[in-house]
Amino acid sequence: MGWFISSGKLRDLGVLGMNERNIDYISRHNERRLFPLVDDKLKTKKLALAAGLKVPDLLGVVRYQHQVREIAELLHNREAFCIKPSKGSGGKGILVIHDHDDEQYFKPNNQALSLVDIKRHTSNILAGLYSLGGQPDKAIIEDLIHFDEQFIHYSYEGVPDIRIIVFRGFPVMAMMRLSTAASDGKANLHQGAVGVGLDIATGVASHAVQFDRPVTDHPDTGMPLTDIRISDWHRLLHMGAHCFEMSGLGYLGVDIVLDARHGPMLLELNARPGLAIQIANSRGLSGRLQSIEAIGDQVMTAEERVAFVETQFA
Amino acid sequence: MQQKIPFYLLIILLVGLGLGSAVYRHLNLEVPWLPGEIREVWSVEARLEFTAKGEGVVVQLAIPRSQPGFTLLEQGTASPGYGLSYLTEEDTPAVRWSTQQAAGKQVLYYRARFLLDPVGSPAWAAPPPIAPAPILPEPVTLAANRLIQQARQQSASQITLAAQLLNALLSENQQVQLLEQNRDQPAAAMLLMRLAGISARQVTALRLRHGRRNQETHQYLMVYEGDEVAFFNLSTGKEGRPQRLLIWEMGDRPLTDLEGGRNTRVSFAMQRDVVSVQQAIEQKYQDDSAAQVSLHSLPLQEQQLFRGLLLIPVGVMVVMLMRVLVGLRTSGTFMPVLIALALMQTALGAGLAGFVLIVASGLIVRSYLSRLNLLLVARISAVIIVVILLTATFSVIAYNLRIVEGLNIIFFPMIIIAWTIERMSLLWEEEGGTEVMKQGGGSLLVALLAYMVMSNSYVQHLTFNFPGLQLVLLAFVLLLGSYTGYRLIELIRFSPLTPQDQSGALPGKNASVDNRKPE
Repeated sequence: MGWFISSGKLRDLGVLGMNERNIDYISRHNERRLFPLVDDKLKTKKLALAAGLKVPDLLGVVRYQHQVREIAELLHNREAFCIKPSKGSGGKGILVIHDHDDEQYFKPNNQALSLVDIKRHTSNILAGLYSLGGQPDKAIIEDLIHFDEQFIHYSYEGVPDIRIIVFRGFPVMAMMRLSTAASDGKANLHQGAVGVGLDIATGVASHAVQFDRPVTDHPDTGMPLTDIRISDWHRLLHMGAHCFEMSGLGYLGVDIVLDARHGPMLLELNARPGLAIQIANSRGLSGRLQSIEAIGDQVMTAEERVAFVETQFA
Repeated sequence: MQQKIPFYLLIILLVGLGLGSAVYRHLNLEVPWLPGEIREVWSVEARLEFTAKGEGVVVQLAIPRSQPGFTLLEQGTASPGYGLSYLTEEDTPAVRWSTQQAAGKQVLYYRARFLLDPVGSPAWAAPPPIAPAPILPEPVTLAANRLIQQARQQSASQITLAAQLLNALLSENQQVQLLEQNRDQPAAAMLLMRLAGISARQVTALRLRHGRRNQETHQYLMVYEGDEVAFFNLSTGKEGRPQRLLIWEMGDRPLTDLEGGRNTRVSFAMQRDVVSVQQAIEQKYQDDSAAQVSLHSLPLQEQQLFRGLLLIPVGVMVVMLMRVLVGLRTSGTFMPVLIALALMQTALGAGLAGFVLIVASGLIVRSYLSRLNLLLVARISAVIIVVILLTATFSVIAYNLRIVEGLNIIFFPMIIIAWTIERMSLLWEEEGGTEVMKQGGGSLLVALLAYMVMSNSYVQHLTFNFPGLQLVLLAFVLLLGSYTGYRLIELIRFSPLTPQDQSGALPGKNASVDNRKPE
């Protein structure tokens, strides 16, 4: 395998490039006024609840600096939780605590943080340290996801999630994102998480990548990645397709987690989903995007769209 | 596709306007395409010397004006005790000095500065009307007519006829001697021209030679034929005008006209200065409308400011190229342009060293600040203060070590640097040192490239002298903004997609392409 590919060949493979994604898909299909709905996780959450989608439980919201002082009481009753910036991007500023005794708070790797650390992290979030453009933000505290037992060996210190690219309501490509030691428990590919391409029609793993290069086994647990098979895949596709009506965004990344008790839950939406999913699936996005554009403007229900995907992209 | 047509029309319009204005400036205002072109400016001084009789004095000196090859930039006199007036509305311009009473040796100076100017000067004055032939003694008329007849046979036009006549005058035959009995050679030549019906004038000219003093004028004959003008040296009969021949007076009159004095003597001194074209143009068009000269009409300090400002679009375009075509990541979209601007003020090496030094020490300070549990605004404010203190400290140290370049770090935009430090340190905490190196290195690389382009003398010359080219840049940026092709980095990033079984990908893709084409 060479380290370089000609642009003609890339085009033949139907690989979507960053410039093309920005101009032909994001700016053409995603209205700017809709961005705040997905850039603010709190708004997304409300939207999803209204649309009847399951989301992780909201434990509390810290909006003002003076509320940071009372954060210990807020967290007292919860054993495991995570603190997130509402307008964060790329997994920045997410703090996961899986146990605490009101003085020491333990991260999944058992590193202990003091209450002062927690407060500082929260006030950093409020000051806009992790938000897009540095604007003031809210900190949201969510129930920790108890992810499905079958994936316990596929993830290192983090929650695996499933990213589905949804174009005009059609799920076009999917992958599972597994955190690794390199990604510090985060599920973002550019931070070193493993991306496992999933067959869009069946939810069965095909290829896997880490740092944009193919891998076969999980780098930390050694589990073979191509054994992954997502159960109840049809329901996930339906969820993804439904996010189009919910958000109004034509080109969308839908992040779903599989909770052991509550099943698939919508984690967040992304109006600028990355392109690494193409490497994880070892195929380009353009072909599928174009065949959906060719359908034209006819109105289809989410169920019809999922059916289309399951037959056309099988 | 329809919406693309107005877009491309706009692009074409912008490029056309930009290039058009540049070409206009080049052709009409002689702004050169390349920097470093020079022009000669000649300072000529006429020294008028005479002995005054002790009564009122009025003295006139013919003065030159702009002519093909020379543009008058400025003129002045040095004549203490004399009233002065310029008679520039006359046919032959002159300067007139006058005083109530003067005695003894008097010296008056007239100075003029001329731009040696290959293009864009006024045409020669129109040919004089041919005066009717004077009444002459029979033998003289006969001799002249014979000379003219001979010359006619050997010539094809007025100019060649004049050449033949002048040649004949130089030979010492009988007719010539007869002609020159009562008049000097120039007068004889003029007489012949009149008799032959050639429109010509006798002019007084000065040959410019660098650093000469006590130069005398030369008599030339200027012959008109249609639009053509030919010059003949009256003492040698040779045709042609040397490049640096300044026609001082063209009214067939003496150079000076003196009342109340005697022993007039005029001598000339001259000096050449070499100036850049910009300077020359500035002086030449200083009276012209400000719109024509645009930026050159601003005060010098503002000009310097615009020199820098007009370079920013070039730097911005380098950043765009790097991001859109190559795919380099920089920390802060246009921070590299600001670094490049700062580097232009400092020496390159010293600037880079200063920048890295400040950012590195800032990062160390910032890592301590992050332990203090401060609000974001407070932290950045603290970093700004520390960065300014560091800059001051480094400047003092550098100065005491006799490293003068060290002083130049003050040109770095402090607040931008503080934000850079903040962002880099966050990046470090979240994504580790490699990402910091990647983005920091990317920023520095782009800054260096932008610096190299912006400090190029051709680029500086073009941006400042042809502001219209900014429209071309704008068009290019717009085009680049609609580029949907791959970035260079993606060719490497997506290389794992290359080989093996693409059997699954191809059919679907082909089908979709077929679907799309008819649209």
